[in-house]
Amino acid sequence: MLYETSFPLHDLPEGRSACVKSLHNIGDMRRRLQDLGLVNDTRVTCLQRAASGDPTAYLIRGAVIALRKSDAEQVEVGVMP
Amino acid sequence: MIALAGNPNVGKSTVFNALTGSHQHTGNWSGKTVSNAYGTMRYQNEAFTLVDLPGTYSLRAYSEEERIARDFIASGEVDLTVLVADATCLERNLILVLQVLELTPHAVLCLNLMDEAKKKQIQIDVAALTKELGIPVIPCAARRRRGLPQLSEAIATALCAEAPAQTARIRYPRIIEDALAPSDLPRSEALTALLQSPPPGLSAQELDDMITASTALRAEEIAMTCIAIPAAACARDRKLDRVLMSRRFGIPLMLILLALVFYITLFGANIPSSWLSDHLLGLAEPLRTALAAIGLPAALVSILVDGAWYVLATVVSVMLPPMAIFFPIFTLLEDAGYLPRVAFQLDHAFHCAHACGKQSLSMCMGEKGMPFFLTAPP
Repeated sequence: MLYETSFPLHDLPEGRSACVKSLHNIGDMRRRLQDLGLVNDTRVTCLQRAASGDPTAYLIRGAVIALRKSDAEQVEVGVMP
Repeated sequence: MIALAGNPNVGKSTVFNALTGSHQHTGNWSGKTVSNAYGTMRYQNEAFTLVDLPGTYSLRAYSEEERIARDFIASGEVDLTVLVADATCLERNLILVLQVLELTPHAVLCLNLMDEAKKKQIQIDVAALTKELGIPVIPCAARRRRGLPQLSEAIATALCAEAPAQTARIRYPRIIEDALAPSDLPRSEALTALLQSPPPGLSAQELDDMITASTALRAEEIAMTCIAIPAAACARDRKLDRVLMSRRFGIPLMLILLALVFYITLFGANIPSSWLSDHLLGLAEPLRTALAAIGLPAALVSILVDGAWYVLATVVSVMLPPMAIFFPIFTLLEDAGYLPRVAFQLDHAFHCAHACGKQSLSMCMGEKGMPFFLTAPP
């Protein structure tokens, strides 16, 4: 699938959606995210950041999941043109 | 033997307890079932052994729990696997369901938390889901004990019946399907073998990514045909969250709420505490007279009354009331879904201390212990 631009998931503003392009982090966290259904082309919506700015709640496949900045930065997302 | 499998935190242990009548401890922490718990389920005059497997998101066997669950389901010992899924986020749960169906067709799906799903206006077409998956699907609300007789009946029926001929299959990309086709091994074993020696031109990681993506995609397909989530359904929750967890009010609101809980616990406990203390300690003198009357030496009477009875009376009168007040309030907050939000808000602060937000809740329970020393009668 073609994306105009790609950026880390952490940069997705509240209330906006994007699709996963790739997962960078290696190892357990990557597998964990995949097991939660975060695979390529999955639509992710940024719901809300915590008051301190970290972590952030995302809507992934109907489930609300909180990801820390360090983990969300490892997920590359793109907005479809 | 029947295996009980499912994602963490879907009420699996509640279903297990309801089916077996045993009171294994259940909690709201993910991955609580550390080792397998066994229980006996009775249905009409038959008894079956039910094994509660650790809650996992997947059966890719990368962690200890996943390996335990996978090996157990695949072993010939299990006659039937009961899958427990959370109806409020079924799509994610379907990933595990599909993985289990690759291991065995002999399964029943218990669609738990239907009451919660209804509250969120999520509509699930159970008949369509049954048809898509090829296994019996039983809607339940285990905490309210709804749907459990139907589940027991479905389990008993499935145990006697032949395994369904066709269950939902994950459709892999051509390259994987072609590599699987010549193997006579069951699909899941052939796939594991393939992961050990990937086809030319593919790395193990790429192959693994393809497999996970295909599984998630298939779950999405099934979810699209069987689940309807009206856009307005979550809108109210979101609006509430925006206030409860807003940058401006989130932390102050939380502190006020937690302070209120502590206040109610502390001051509310004083009244029953002093009542209990008066009455229990008031029994000391009659006890002393009675013990002396049966001819016990004075030193022994003192040990029993001034030692044992005073300690017992003090501990009960100081500890029981705050616990009886604090835990129900905490349970209310938990049911309202506020506790995970507290953990979410505090994660950053706790992360700085190399801990995670969830630990804030254990600390709340710990803090409750402090007042014991502050309010203990002299």
